[in-house]
Amino acid sequence: MTDETALPDTSPEPPRETAVDLRREMADSGVQDILDQLDRDLIGLKPVKQRLREIAALLVVEKARQRLGLAHDTPTLHMSFTGNPGTGKTTVAMRMASILHGLGYIRRDHVVTATRDDLVGQYIGHTAPKTKEILKKAMGGVLFIDEAYYLYRPENERDYGQEAIEILLQVMENQRDDLVVILAGYGDRMDKFFASNPGFRSRIAHHIDFPDYGEEELFAIARHMLDDMNYHLTPAAETALAEYIALRRAQPHFANARSLRNALDRARLRQAKRIFETAQGPVDADALSAIDAADIRASRVFSGGLDAQPSSGDRP
Amino acid sequence: MRVTQGTFSFLPDLTDEQITKQVQYCIDNGWAVSLEFTDDPHPRNTYWDMWGHPMFDNPDAAALMTELAACRKAYGDRYIRVVAFDATHGWESVKLSFIVNRPTDEPGFRLNRMEMEGRKMRYATFPYSADRPAGQRYQ
Repeated sequence: MTDETALPDTSPEPPRETAVDLRREMADSGVQDILDQLDRDLIGLKPVKQRLREIAALLVVEKARQRLGLAHDTPTLHMSFTGNPGTGKTTVAMRMASILHGLGYIRRDHVVTATRDDLVGQYIGHTAPKTKEILKKAMGGVLFIDEAYYLYRPENERDYGQEAIEILLQVMENQRDDLVVILAGYGDRMDKFFASNPGFRSRIAHHIDFPDYGEEELFAIARHMLDDMNYHLTPAAETALAEYIALRRAQPHFANARSLRNALDRARLRQAKRIFETAQGPVDADALSAIDAADIRASRVFSGGLDAQPSSGDRP
Repeated sequence: MRVTQGTFSFLPDLTDEQITKQVQYCIDNGWAVSLEFTDDPHPRNTYWDMWGHPMFDNPDAAALMTELAACRKAYGDRYIRVVAFDATHGWESVKLSFIVNRPTDEPGFRLNRMEMEGRKMRYATFPYSADRPAGQRYQ
């Protein structure tokens, strides 16, 4: 036993390198593939992709620093996603686990989604075990708290949400290696939430704002959605959809990609009805997957919008 | 005298890193891990006190390590063990259990001999620590 203690404890490490080829590191780690795939799958969202690229670079650099024997520290990766409805906050959060797992930052590829109901209890002494249970479930991966501002209810000073927040903050601080917490919500309400919980703001390293989509981006998203569902637009329908997007964006209750998805769902309904009414004899796959201009132009958006009666599909 | 109950008990005490790996192995096998503690080290004392709930749906060992830290804070002067329970039909029993925390001072066991009729002898073991009331044994 005494022999072992006499040895310096650095002995099992191989001799240190003196230089690291960062580009090769990046390629070897497979990070570039993950980022490229993200570029392909998600349209727009420049600030989000930019931030992810920075995080990826930081993780690679940290690994390189570790190998060169420089001081290194696991970075804080708690994030807050803010933005208008339908800008992709939930979609990105759901993918974040696989991205961070691919980057080698978290140990397992899972997302646990929680809302106020999962974290806050109904009576005294109920909240702490409930919150801890969710935190334990999420450990090793990502905890995604959607509409985080509901945790804090200032109008009720005996609300148990505060207790959940305190436990959350403690774990976010002490177990940064075990858990990445992502908060998401609409911008203005998240700002209010952070203003009343300053501890939260400072413990979150990455505040990412999801911008609204431009018209071309929305069009590309619509294409992407239709591709996934094995539909395609006729040339006339493409023009109609472009006009639809321009009109819809100016109308109230516009929820970006979510509105678009609802619009496409309704177009599919109309297409199905049209095929039933017009088809003579058997129909082929092309007819079943083609969305025509009429399917889109039948929308209320072209006849003045949703002001008269709110659409059931869109959020208020 | 060092108590040797459960797996790994003849090895030096496991480090936290080693415990994490063993626990992760249990979880990856689909066993539910939980913590138990006691201050009665008698080998036939199988019913230890449970710490929290068995963790049936935590995919990562960090969850148990958090609970272990909390348990050590409350009962760091006692024996704590990790128990891995296999809920598979037909097994429904503990597959692995090992001690992860022990008192700094383990006084050991006294052997009592009781002379019976003829030359018959009855033996009994008593932990010295059990002389004191439960809860005050390792302070």
